[in-house]
Amino acid sequence: MSDDTTSNASPHHQAPANLADEVIKVIARKKKLDPATVTTESTFEQLGVDSLDAADLLFTFEDTFGIVVPDDVAMSMKTVGQVVAALQKLLEEHGKVPASSDAGAKA
Amino acid sequence: MRRVAVTGLGVVSAVGIGAPEFWTRIVAGTSGVGPITHFDTTGFQSQIAAEVHGFNAAEHFGEVEREMLDRFAQFAIVAADEAWAQSGLEVDDELRDRAGVAISSAMGGAMTQDSRYKRMYKDGGTRPHPFSIPRIMNNAAVAHVSMRRGLRGPAISIATACAAGAHAIGEAAEMIRAGRVDVMLAGGADAPIAPGVVRCWEAMRVLAPAPKDNPSAACRPFSRNRLGMVLGEGAAVVVLEEWEHAKERGAAILAELAGYGATADADHITQPGIDAPARAIATALAQGCLTPADIDYVNAHGTATRLNDATETAVIKKALGEHAKSTVVSSTKALHGHAMGASAALEFIATVFALREGVVPPTMHYTEPDPDCDLDYAPNEARRRPLRAAISNSFAFGGLNAVLALRKA
Repeated sequence: MSDDTTSNASPHHQAPANLADEVIKVIARKKKLDPATVTTESTFEQLGVDSLDAADLLFTFEDTFGIVVPDDVAMSMKTVGQVVAALQKLLEEHGKVPASSDAGAKA
Repeated sequence: MRRVAVTGLGVVSAVGIGAPEFWTRIVAGTSGVGPITHFDTTGFQSQIAAEVHGFNAAEHFGEVEREMLDRFAQFAIVAADEAWAQSGLEVDDELRDRAGVAISSAMGGAMTQDSRYKRMYKDGGTRPHPFSIPRIMNNAAVAHVSMRRGLRGPAISIATACAAGAHAIGEAAEMIRAGRVDVMLAGGADAPIAPGVVRCWEAMRVLAPAPKDNPSAACRPFSRNRLGMVLGEGAAVVVLEEWEHAKERGAAILAELAGYGATADADHITQPGIDAPARAIATALAQGCLTPADIDYVNAHGTATRLNDATETAVIKKALGEHAKSTVVSSTKALHGHAMGASAALEFIATVFALREGVVPPTMHYTEPDPDCDLDYAPNEARRRPLRAAISNSFAFGGLNAVLALRKA
């Protein structure tokens, strides 16, 4: 269905050059915020990100990158920085990015 | 005795979006039935439905809202917005807790469920989107409408399938009569035209195939050459208001919801009975201080299945006696299809318009009299006729019957 915007049909399974920017962009879009006001230090509480929003956010990246964020990791997240760090770690474990320091080097 | 006024109407249907457009096309006999476009029907026996066209979700909801809303909930919200705007009601601190919502759905977010299950069973996915449950749940429509309007009275969704919209309207009226609330938004919504749902209906062998010459004329209630029912989608929501509450604020009262009767056959899961539906009619009339002779119009359940049409004819005869021969019966399902939980609410709204305008909507696609269906079904042409009172019948699988009696305001 054209109005079913929650089904991502074709995951590209590739990490973006700057994961933090990507996470901030998605949060800003979903919470209707100016991306400039969101930083890795921002807390979910400050951004109005509730538990359902967090599940939605993580799903977006799980679906895009083909990874699974374990429930205990998901439950412990309270800031944007923690989301970025957890995703970075999972992506590295899955070999989706070479290493965090090299990210974007080939771009 | 507190009386119940109807002060707002809202419709999203296959024959039109917006209550006035819906009614105009019903009177004109314009069918909303056509080829299914929601999915590829290759290999399906049933390739037609009464789909809503011209509904652009992006006109009503932002991208983030759409992620949370299945099509059935979108329909319900748009219909509720229309009804609320017509009523002219404004939510203040007093009304907030004295107003509620009763919007039923038979299948809830069926399209979302179908696509999520396909993702798992066919496409090999594991985790569906976390909004899947909030989109699929049958109470999504009522929940979003209560949130959107800020109404904090009772909010319920009644799961009585094809009669669900009538039970919602009837029970909402009972809450007003009981003094628990002064205002209720009530109705039904469904968007079940998904591959899995259509296959399951096909299996029951009750769906009409598309007539080659005219697919839009597939639904032929009370006509001997009936082909079966046609699935539909949509939503219809009304504002019900305590009579004096409406009068005091100078609201336009569109009709009186005079009576409501609900009964169960307590017999068979799909075959309809005669006694219990007739008792539902009698109960609705008694509550409204109406006699059979007052009923100038019967909006039939009229699904165009063999079992329904003959049985409903017998029900009307049993309930109205000799007067059954002089009243007029019609089924608008020929045009808007069987929109499941929305059907009864769509038909209630058609009945409100019929009373207001003194026009009996036609039973379209009626071409062959049936000896088992020998009442006046207003075949193929709307009929001008002064109408004092009317009933709208709804009979669900499981023998769950609901009848709403209306009086011209």
